[in-house]
Amino acid sequence: MANIKRSPWLLHYDGSSCNGCDIEVLACLTPVYDAERFGIMNTGDPMQADILLITGGINAQNQPTVKQLYEQMPRPKVVVAVGVCACTGGVFKECYNILGGADTTIPVDIYVPGCAARPQAIIDGIVKAVDLFQKRLEEHYAKKRGQGRNEVSANG
Amino acid sequence: MAKKSVIPYGPQHPVLPEPIHLDLVVEDEKVVEAIPSIGFIHRGLESLVDKRDFNQMTYVAERTCGICSFQHGMGYCEAVEHIFGVEIPERAKFLRTIWAELGRMHSHLLWLGLLADGFGFENLFYQCWRIREKILDMQEMTSGGRLIFSVNTIGGVLKDIPADMLRTILSTIDEVEAELKTVQKTFLNDYTVQTRLKGVGVLTQDQAHDLGCAGPFGRASGINTDMRKLGYAAYPYIDFEPIISSDGDSYARCECRIGELFQSMDILRQAIAKIPNETDLATPVKGNPNGEYFMRVEQPRGEAVYYVKANGKPYVERLRIRTPTFANLPGLCEMLKNTELADIGLLILTIDPCISCTER
Repeated sequence: MANIKRSPWLLHYDGSSCNGCDIEVLACLTPVYDAERFGIMNTGDPMQADILLITGGINAQNQPTVKQLYEQMPRPKVVVAVGVCACTGGVFKECYNILGGADTTIPVDIYVPGCAARPQAIIDGIVKAVDLFQKRLEEHYAKKRGQGRNEVSANG
Repeated sequence: MAKKSVIPYGPQHPVLPEPIHLDLVVEDEKVVEAIPSIGFIHRGLESLVDKRDFNQMTYVAERTCGICSFQHGMGYCEAVEHIFGVEIPERAKFLRTIWAELGRMHSHLLWLGLLADGFGFENLFYQCWRIREKILDMQEMTSGGRLIFSVNTIGGVLKDIPADMLRTILSTIDEVEAELKTVQKTFLNDYTVQTRLKGVGVLTQDQAHDLGCAGPFGRASGINTDMRKLGYAAYPYIDFEPIISSDGDSYARCECRIGELFQSMDILRQAIAKIPNETDLATPVKGNPNGEYFMRVEQPRGEAVYYVKANGKPYVERLRIRTPTFANLPGLCEMLKNTELADIGLLILTIDPCISCTER
């Protein structure tokens, strides 16, 4: 099955954004922008998701939730920070309850700028994430195959 | 007697675009009690008054919520303008009304889409969002931003809408109206949709009054409340009546919001017909604000309150925002009692929750 391309599934979580980026993420999935043509699908279940779209910064209360969502996703996984708040904390950076961007809690691969991020920019981020996911998937399988051979030689 | 158990709902849930956590106490499939816990999106936006002066705070206030962003900015600006005691130019008042009503239309269409998604009618969800894109295009054309406009300033607005753009708005509204009429039929007459909405999540007028429900959620339960009638922006020049229903169920809430969509189109047509020709768009203000003011505006979700207290310094002493979803949360918890567990996702959507506003 390793040579078959997979359709990455998408999980969206709203960190502490103002809602602007959230509804732009949703607008991306609707027919006008139709991000599903790149072979992705939106899901609400972290256990089946491959790409995490996170909007908004991290605060003290949602930090454990974000960490848990990231840990529940199967490997390999890609994280996209959508909007300037998820990248750096944005306009709310100096607020007492904001710890910073999404990268303060989980490793972020792709940063999508904008306030609110435009659907075109989000789609660009998703396309990059799909490519990165395929690359990581191949590396993952190559590593697995390598381990398999080692086991055979050790047994033989 | 069935055993009580607690089911955690959220913060991450497929039905919710935003995180809110509810502890649902259930007996078999019946929900006995719902205990909300909020704070997942709390940023502490009001505390930024120490670091941003009163002009810069306009842009922070707009980012309280990305859906009704213009109206948040407008509420803050109107409050500061009252402290200064300045009268904004007539054309600016009408421009504010036009942008506010465009915002209301896109917000209600967004909600209709999410509701359709909530009861599993994905095609209807896509249709609503397709219509909504036309409104977003108009917002982008007139202001440069799809969601966050940043056209408000203390004393007026920063940008003008030229006559040809106003004509484009009128022709687009006609298109939207024709498309909305076909979508409306499905929402109000379809048998499947009716079985999901009628008689579900009833909140009586007394309950809604006691719990202080605001906006379409309150109006669907028969509470005659509409802050636009207080007469800010250009609303005194416009002829409209709040849309009220008395059933108080999910169907009434849907009906109310669809009615308000057509009402917004009517208000837009009236505003565009009556807009005066002026070149002046903003009255300049001098010095720093000194005093306090309590401003109420009607947002797509209901009444929002802006309290601004200033003491003659460039930094405002206190800014307090009370948003409609916060007022509607007690009503939601009351409504969730004695409902089926399977309806919870849909019922949370019917109050049109905007958690970003609520928690700021």
